[in-house]
Amino acid sequence: MPGDTGTGLLGGVAAEPGVPKPDPILTVDGMRKSFGGILAVDVHHLAVQRGIITALIGPNGAGKTTFFNLLTGFDDEDKGTTTFNGDNIDGKSPHALARRGMVRTFQLTKSLTKLSVIDNMKLGARGQRGESLWRSLLAPLWNDQERQIEEQADDLLARFKLDHMRQEYAGTLSGGQRKLLEMARALMSRPDLIMLDEPMAGVNPALTQSLLEHVKDLRDHGISVVFVEHDMDVVRDISDWVVVMAEGAVIAEGPHDSITANASVIDAYLGTHHDAPLDFDTKLGGS
Amino acid sequence: MGEVDWGFIVEQTFIQALGLNAAVYAIAAIGLNMHFGYAGLLNFGQAGFVAMGAYGMGIAVNQWGLPVWVAVLMGMLFAVVFALLLGIPTLRLRADYLAIVTIAAAEIVRLVARSTSLRDITRGAEGLNEFIGPFREFNPFDPSATYGIGFVQYRGNAFFAIIIGWTLAALFVLITWLLIRSPWGRVVKAIREDENAARALGKNAYRFKMQALIIGGVMGGFAGMVDAVGKATVQPDFFQASLTFFFWLVLILGGVGRVWAPIVGSMMYWGLITFVQNTGRQLVDNGVIQTTIMDVNQIDQIRYWVVGGALALLMVYRPQGIFGSREEMALDAR
Repeated sequence: MPGDTGTGLLGGVAAEPGVPKPDPILTVDGMRKSFGGILAVDVHHLAVQRGIITALIGPNGAGKTTFFNLLTGFDDEDKGTTTFNGDNIDGKSPHALARRGMVRTFQLTKSLTKLSVIDNMKLGARGQRGESLWRSLLAPLWNDQERQIEEQADDLLARFKLDHMRQEYAGTLSGGQRKLLEMARALMSRPDLIMLDEPMAGVNPALTQSLLEHVKDLRDHGISVVFVEHDMDVVRDISDWVVVMAEGAVIAEGPHDSITANASVIDAYLGTHHDAPLDFDTKLGGS
Repeated sequence: MGEVDWGFIVEQTFIQALGLNAAVYAIAAIGLNMHFGYAGLLNFGQAGFVAMGAYGMGIAVNQWGLPVWVAVLMGMLFAVVFALLLGIPTLRLRADYLAIVTIAAAEIVRLVARSTSLRDITRGAEGLNEFIGPFREFNPFDPSATYGIGFVQYRGNAFFAIIIGWTLAALFVLITWLLIRSPWGRVVKAIREDENAARALGKNAYRFKMQALIIGGVMGGFAGMVDAVGKATVQPDFFQASLTFFFWLVLILGGVGRVWAPIVGSMMYWGLITFVQNTGRQLVDNGVIQTTIMDVNQIDQIRYWVVGGALALLMVYRPQGIFGSREEMALDAR
């Protein structure tokens, strides 16, 4: 079962917040970010294991997306240290992180509507010679690389079943197809770590399953995956490790089963007094 | 009372549509197309770039007596510096800020150039008028003869500037086409669509936007240089904010984001404006329109009404411009 490969890597790791991992691709220490008086993110320590799917979940307003933006360089933390592949990446800009192998997608899909699907894909490739202003004028300097990139793009489009839309403007795709395109485009850069911000948001249920399969597929291709989701049921199938955030902090982490049984997670999702007897029940019982 | 001379009207229309002004506007609009059509940069100060080119070149010859080729390099350098001045503070911000800064900066350039405190350099309001000599030395055409095809004839000196102008316009169209079909162009268009998506894919959006701003700005600078050579003068009040909006008009008429569009847009604009002006004048002169209704001077205002009306009709029936893609336009509405 493919689901075992990831969890297997974390066999002996205890299910408690901030636990160290045997081979972390990403680590975070003492990260804080506040907006005015509100402390949006306050993570003491978090390690993300290489080669597995890590789900970052939490109720609305838990700080998941802010945390995500801090990790990917789209926002600056007030304090904290982050390492990626062992290197310190504090203060690095998003494009610098992408070049190091950390690519993200967005909750609101950013398909480049007036570019064709194939151009969207080709954009994703890293280290393109023709992107230098001077070389761009001389096609022979980048033609060969362009052909390789196009082949890679066509393979990925076939894998994501978008090959029939190859020449269409990305703006003509449906919402679900755009999610697929964005994921496929991120893969063009051959990342080590892909960060998916709510990949299932706004996707119809029929497509959710196929999207989930694609996410598993990424892991099976050796890419580490972190994804944000607020719906616990969605993550059940595919996550090897679940990190739960609430009020800016990591309150629990572990395999999915240990999370659903965790009292502080249930409190975070359902409220602290969710199991207190309801008043009107007792009254009804008494009458 | 006489006959309306349609032959003269048509002749003038073509002479203007293919003339110096059309070439200058086309070059400036090609630069603007790079800014807005491809990189999505809202530059409302193209007149400032045109002024920088004209003054850079003009000052070099007029005030410092430098050779022509150094003067052209200086015109380019002025445009590059202007692009850097505008771009460094604003390109990291949202697109609207560039629009605000450019419109103000272009006016600052004009007002500084015409200020008396800079008379030693820019000659203030009187402008630069003694630089044309060295350029005319390169003119292979006889100033007293006329050149052209058929009834479209220009004097030798004007013809020289017009040839330079259209050659540069063609060259800049070629450069734009080469850049945009390349991976560089793909990144620039991606930034136009969504800057953050491009950044998330490892593209340094700031760098690409700055490059696009400089390229389009230098093209604008060349428009100023061609204009200066063609008119043998650099006048500060030529570079008013309205000039920028005529460049925009030319670009939108032709079709935003199409390489040839600025050239056709500029020819159409100058052809239309000349046609209306000459037709109006003849109608007034021949008493078809009574002077109690309108006199010749008012025709000059009416021509802008007509161009404005034509643009309004175009926006209704063909919002993508002459060459633009309706399909692409429709994607915005989704």
